[in-house]
Amino acid sequence: MSPSIFIEPLSKIVVVLIGLMTAAAYLVLLERWVAAWVQDRIGPNRVGVPLTNIRLFGLGQPLADGVKFLFKQEITPSHVDRVLFFLGPLVMFVAAVSVFAVVPFGSVIPPEVFPKSWGIERPISLSIAPGFDVGVLYVFALGGIAVYGVVLGGWASNTKYSFLGGLRSGAQLISYELPLGLGVLGVVLATGSLRLDAIIAQQAQTGLWNVMSQPLGFLVFCVAAFAEAARLPFDLPEAEQELVGGYHTEYSGVKLMMYMVAEFLHMVLAAFLIVILFLGGWHCWGLTGSTDAVAWPIALVRVVVLAVKVMGMILFFMLARWSWPRFRYDQLMQLGWKIMIPWGTINLAAVAAWLEFGDRAARAMSLSFGSATIAVGWSVLLMVWVATVAADPTRGDRPSRREATK
Amino acid sequence: MKRDDTAITWVNRPRLGPLGRSYLLLFAQGMTTTLRHLFGRKKTIQSPEVRHEIPDPHIYRGVHRLNRDEQGRVKCVACFLCATACPAHCIDIVAAKSPWPDREKYPESFTIDELRCIFCGMCEEACPVDAIELTGLYDLSGKSREEMVFDKAKLLSVYDNTEGLGIRD
Repeated sequence: MSPSIFIEPLSKIVVVLIGLMTAAAYLVLLERWVAAWVQDRIGPNRVGVPLTNIRLFGLGQPLADGVKFLFKQEITPSHVDRVLFFLGPLVMFVAAVSVFAVVPFGSVIPPEVFPKSWGIERPISLSIAPGFDVGVLYVFALGGIAVYGVVLGGWASNTKYSFLGGLRSGAQLISYELPLGLGVLGVVLATGSLRLDAIIAQQAQTGLWNVMSQPLGFLVFCVAAFAEAARLPFDLPEAEQELVGGYHTEYSGVKLMMYMVAEFLHMVLAAFLIVILFLGGWHCWGLTGSTDAVAWPIALVRVVVLAVKVMGMILFFMLARWSWPRFRYDQLMQLGWKIMIPWGTINLAAVAAWLEFGDRAARAMSLSFGSATIAVGWSVLLMVWVATVAADPTRGDRPSRREATK
Repeated sequence: MKRDDTAITWVNRPRLGPLGRSYLLLFAQGMTTTLRHLFGRKKTIQSPEVRHEIPDPHIYRGVHRLNRDEQGRVKCVACFLCATACPAHCIDIVAAKSPWPDREKYPESFTIDELRCIFCGMCEEACPVDAIELTGLYDLSGKSREEMVFDKAKLLSVYDNTEGLGIRD
């Protein structure tokens, strides 16, 4: 084994790590800006280049925030379980970062970009672990580990507030893993692969994004992704207006920063997953082509298209925060168990049935397979929605005041 | 309070209609409100570069000043009405025999503790000779508590600095 085989993944890891940390820092700034704009304010616009009066619209804010966090006094209360207290944020942070090993940030870099002397002949894939056969499984396994970070933090703090925050969070994350899995199963079934790059490639080749053929699955996955990222309207773990601070009440300094960054990375990951699984990844009709053998301009366009989609999704996450009120805890559980899980199951069954009988059905309807898929997908969504509204599955959970106060 | 007390009217939450249960309208409402504000006019004032404009300085209750008469003397006649009216007891006056023939007393010292003051304007209401007034100056700061106890000279200098600037009058 020559040492050169380590160069490619190592350089990718370095780039992705630095990129992620920078992106998380600047997304915090963007979040604050969006929050300010929605509230008719201007937002951070003072901090620019350090030690000068250059303001740069506040683009130096992330640096100032980071320095503040690093130099803050870090308190470890005397009543905590020291090992677990340290382990909580670490587990969460490591899990959040390592998920990005399988996430493609584009398609490939064609070999002609590099100098001849480097001896690169194959296209370089734009993910750290390209062709990882169980990519989706890996993402969900590490997503499950993030629950441990939350629960450990809540338990190790050894106070009521943290403990309750951890409990709420644990229950929420576990409940919404199910619809999240069901949402992604439809895509996996339709693609026939667990590889994220294969899922994009399939959407690119057919030109049919999964959101068009499986809108119900998209909806279920989106809602579950919001809940998994613990963003409003599902931010019950933190619920800063209601709880003291949730599971990270007792944390400060760098450990708190690790929790915060991990939460932001969850949102970024959720945006990436939604785009990759349902919105075609780097694919855009007429712009990006569909095969791996591409020249560098197309490769660049693909990276840009993916980045634009992910940014749009992140913006949606941030705007949603100010649009709808937080769910009450029982409403959250009802939505998860009584609506999202059945919807996910129906979607899965519909996809499976369509894969079996779709060809014949399309011929019977005298439509092309693609348009028949879209038509069936959207009618399934419509029917399920109407049926849910008619059946009102959460009806029995609204007891009269008189009964409720017994 | 008993649960079956006839005086209690039990009100139940109204059940949502089909449109409400479909969540679609609520979804759209929330998003449109957000977007309207996102692109709406911002209300932030970039202080200190841009000053907050006081709608009417005459009724604004900022830092106090002691007015001078036409001859540049302090108008105050040391009647203690302002100190009596003050609910925060922040005005301290030491009266002395007036050196001028048109009045009996004048304030030898006149101090206002701006940190105790609640800016209610009662002193201004009470003053029979319009000697004490509240200006439109609102950003008042100091490095120590002692510095924030304004004496007669300081209160007169507030008058000198605000007179004719449109901050007051």
